Amino acid sequence: MARRGLQEINASSTADIAFLLLIFFLVTTTMNVDTGLARVLPPMPDPNQKQQEDIKIKKRNIFVVLINKSDRLLVNGQDMDLTQLKIKAKEFITNPNRLEDLPEFEFKPILIANPDYVLGTDSPQKIEHPHFRRKYPNGYPVSKGVISLQNDRGTSYKRYIEVQNVLVAAYNEVRDEVSIQEFGVPFNRLVNKEDMDAIRAAVPQKISEAEPKNIGGK
Amino acid sequence: MAKFSKRNKKSVPGISTASLPDIVFMLLFFFMVSTSMRETELKIKVTVPVASQGTKLERKSLASNIYVGIPLGKYQSLFGTEPRIQLNDAFASVRDIPAYIASEREARSESERPLMTAVLKIDQDVKMGIVTDIKQELRKANALKISYNTRKGVD
Repeated sequence: MARRGLQEINASSTADIAFLLLIFFLVTTTMNVDTGLARVLPPMPDPNQKQQEDIKIKKRNIFVVLINKSDRLLVNGQDMDLTQLKIKAKEFITNPNRLEDLPEFEFKPILIANPDYVLGTDSPQKIEHPHFRRKYPNGYPVSKGVISLQNDRGTSYKRYIEVQNVLVAAYNEVRDEVSIQEFGVPFNRLVNKEDMDAIRAAVPQKISEAEPKNIGGK
Repeated sequence: MAKFSKRNKKSVPGISTASLPDIVFMLLFFFMVSTSMRETELKIKVTVPVASQGTKLERKSLASNIYVGIPLGKYQSLFGTEPRIQLNDAFASVRDIPAYIASEREARSESERPLMTAVLKIDQDVKMGIVTDIKQELRKANALKISYNTRKGVD
C-alpha cells in the first residue's frame, strides 16, 4: 500500500460529547447549601457514677421556656408569644439595668485561640483578646444566664424550631450590639476571625435542651 | 434597487464555531466541580422547617444525615403513616442509630471524627417525641454535635 500522510483526527464530535456530559451534569446537579441550627448535646451521665447532685444554678440565672403539647409557650411561669419571648430573652441575656432578678455577671478575660500557637512548644493555646484586655483590664462582664428549653413529646417539631430560632435570634442581636459597641460593625460584618471569637466568648450562646422528663410515660 | 442588490452580494462571513467546544468544556468543568450527587433516595416526605438564623454547615463530608418523616404514598401500605426514621437508603428504628453512627465514624479518618456532625433532617409536621428519642440515642452514641436542618427564610 502506498504510504499516506498522517491523517488528522476529526475533532468535530468532541463538542457533541462535551454537550452530552454537560447536560448530564446539569440534570443531576443539586446546588442546595445545607443550613441549620447547630447545637451540642450534653454528654450522657455515667450510670456507674453515683447519682451526683444537680449542679445548682441560681434561680435568677435560669430562663425556663416550656412548650406544651398544643405548642403554647410558658416562659418563667408566664404565657407568652414569640415576639414577647424574643424581647424577654434579650432582656435576660443583657440585663441592661442590672436588676436583682435577672442574671449575674462574671468578670472574666476574653480568651481566643492564639494565632501564633505552635504545636509542641510552650506558647499558650489561648490568649486574651488585645482590644478587650486594653478596654477591660478587670475582665469583661459575661452573663451567667442559661436558657433552658423544655418540650413535651407532643410538641410539633416546627414549633420547637421556631422557638429555637427566636432564641438564637435574640443571642445574635445581642452579639450585634456588643460588636457595634466594641468594633463599630455588626457581628456578621467582622472580618477578623479573632474578633468574631472574642464576641462569641463575650456573649456565649447558652441554650440547654433539657433531659426528657417523662421517659416511658404517656 | 440596483444599489441594494449590490450590497447584498457582499457575503457575510460565517461565525466560527471553533471555540464552541472550549466554551462547552468550561461550562462542563464548572458543573462537574460544583455538583454533588444525591446519595440517598428519600422514601419519606421531608420538608424541613424555616428558620432565619440557620448557619451554613461547615463541611458536608463530615455530616451524617438522619431523616425523619411520614413515608411516601407507595411505602405507606408497608410502613404506615406514622413518622419513620430513614438512615442511608432504608427505614430504621431508633435502636439502629448507634450502629449507624459507628459505621459513619469508621468511614472517616481518625482526625476528622471529633468534628463529625449529625444532621437531623426532620419534617416540620413530626412531633417532638421521636426527635427526643433520637437525641437520647445520639447522646448514648456520644455523637454530641448536631444540627437541625432548616430552610432559609424570613420569619
